[in-house]
Amino acid sequence: MAKKTQKKLTAWEIVQLARHAERPNITAYIEAMCDDFIELHGDRLFGDDRSLIGGFATIGNERVVLIGHRKGSSVEENIEANFGMASPEGYRKAMRLMKLAEKYSLPVVSLVDTPGAYPGSEAEANGQAEAIAHNLEFMARLKTPVVVVVCGEGGSGGALGIAVGDRILMLENAVYSVISPEGCASILWRDGSQAPLAAETLKITAEHLLELGVIDSIISEPAGGAHKKPAAAIASVKKAILKELAELGKLTLDDLIEQRYQKFAAMGRF
Amino acid sequence: MAWFENPAQEPLRVPTAALWAVCPKCNTYVAKAEWADACKVCPKCDHHARLNCRERVQLLTDIGTFEEINAAVSVNDPLKFKDASGSYAAKSQAAIQKTGMGEAVLTGTCAIEGSDVVLCVMDFAFMGGSLGSGTGERILLAAEKAVTLHRPLIIVSASGGARMHEGIVSLMQMAKTCAAIAKVKEAGLPYFSVLTDPTTGGVSASYAMVGDLNIAEPKALIGFAGRRVIEQTIKQKLPDDFQTAEYTMAHGFIDHIVPRKEMKAFLAKILRYAGF
Ligand SMILES: [Zn+2]
Repeated sequence: MAKKTQKKLTAWEIVQLARHAERPNITAYIEAMCDDFIELHGDRLFGDDRSLIGGFATIGNERVVLIGHRKGSSVEENIEANFGMASPEGYRKAMRLMKLAEKYSLPVVSLVDTPGAYPGSEAEANGQAEAIAHNLEFMARLKTPVVVVVCGEGGSGGALGIAVGDRILMLENAVYSVISPEGCASILWRDGSQAPLAAETLKITAEHLLELGVIDSIISEPAGGAHKKPAAAIASVKKAILKELAELGKLTLDDLIEQRYQKFAAMGRF
Repeated sequence: MAWFENPAQEPLRVPTAALWAVCPKCNTYVAKAEWADACKVCPKCDHHARLNCRERVQLLTDIGTFEEINAAVSVNDPLKFKDASGSYAAKSQAAIQKTGMGEAVLTGTCAIEGSDVVLCVMDFAFMGGSLGSGTGERILLAAEKAVTLHRPLIIVSASGGARMHEGIVSLMQMAKTCAAIAKVKEAGLPYFSVLTDPTTGGVSASYAMVGDLNIAEPKALIGFAGRRVIEQTIKQKLPDDFQTAEYTMAHGFIDHIVPRKEMKAFLAKILRYAGF
């Protein structure tokens, strides 16, 4: 209840927290949340995207396949990771790892934190649209449980490309949007400085997404944001993931996949 | 006919609208009857101008066979969205008035040279063919209909991408439509995607790119990110042919480019190869 007495943050303030340089990134999650992690590289077609990583991971008593965007922790890493903007080879690597998950009956945990898919000419030439589209189609029918956590920025198709799941969780100060507030402001307001207003109007906060039926639950953050107490924030995420995996593990695969279908089919039905 | 052999020279002051169509690409004046005959393909530069979905249905289906489904599914305004130029409610109403459509896609059952299919046709004139929740719902229901009727599904795309006015709900339509397409494929049914100018953003990154066959009209703009965004990102000018159907085919993402007038016969042929 302590939270209720705090001043409510604006959508724009939440955007800043979601993008905060010290916000726990995938490396921090793996270190603090996984007892074991074996990174698996490459899409077997073209390359190894450093902005979308994955591998076998052990979270509590659960062996899983973990995938997620990587932003990096230093300037060098930021550049290597393309600031978390994945390319087609990243989405295809994610699919390859999800196929392994299905084969070995391991659940998938997907950590989302990206400004968006990389808008570069090579990414276009190599089929950014096709790579994302195939993941959407494939994840819809994946025969293993999928838990998605939007940890920071859920940037449009670049986020969704690894975010079709049975449970979609979102951190309190994460955002998830069809377009960045800046992009929306420059198109619909013809003025990028209207981004705070666009952020409000687009309803991109966890609270709004829960209301809209897009996410299943909100994971609370320490006061001031996850970066204030990373260990506590990551512990909450770990607990939430394990709770969802335990529940999803009780379903038959047929029920799981049918419920996932109905979940997405219902989105946008009012 | 001689007096319009060089129609580009036709002075602008004459009341041309009634007699002439103007190619939006090369500005050539084309007699309206000829323009209609050519299905809005420019005789000079081969530009395939945009069709509305009634024209597209007429072009692709056997006369009298198209029956609309899902007409009751219309626009939702989940965010009560309003921007500098007004409310989404008003804009979507204006689009409905202008196009006579309830959403950016028309869905129905029809026959193509005797093969029964479920057909979805997008209309760029309806808010840029953007993917709203009503659009996604119509496509999902059409895909489910294809499964129920055991018919192939064909979607003709023309879209700038997601509909920002519906925010995250619009984004979710990408996942929703792809889930429905996956069910069509699981049922062993063909799904053919026809990409027309333009097919970009969230539509290219969902149902438009996952056809058993991806078929495009010549020179259609096909891509994920916008040209300007990419140029800003890489700080370079992009070549003119970037993100054309031809470019996309050369990179391996389009099976075949088919001129507009041949599209119906082409679809009929591949339907037969697919056993329908
Ligand atoms: Zn022309």
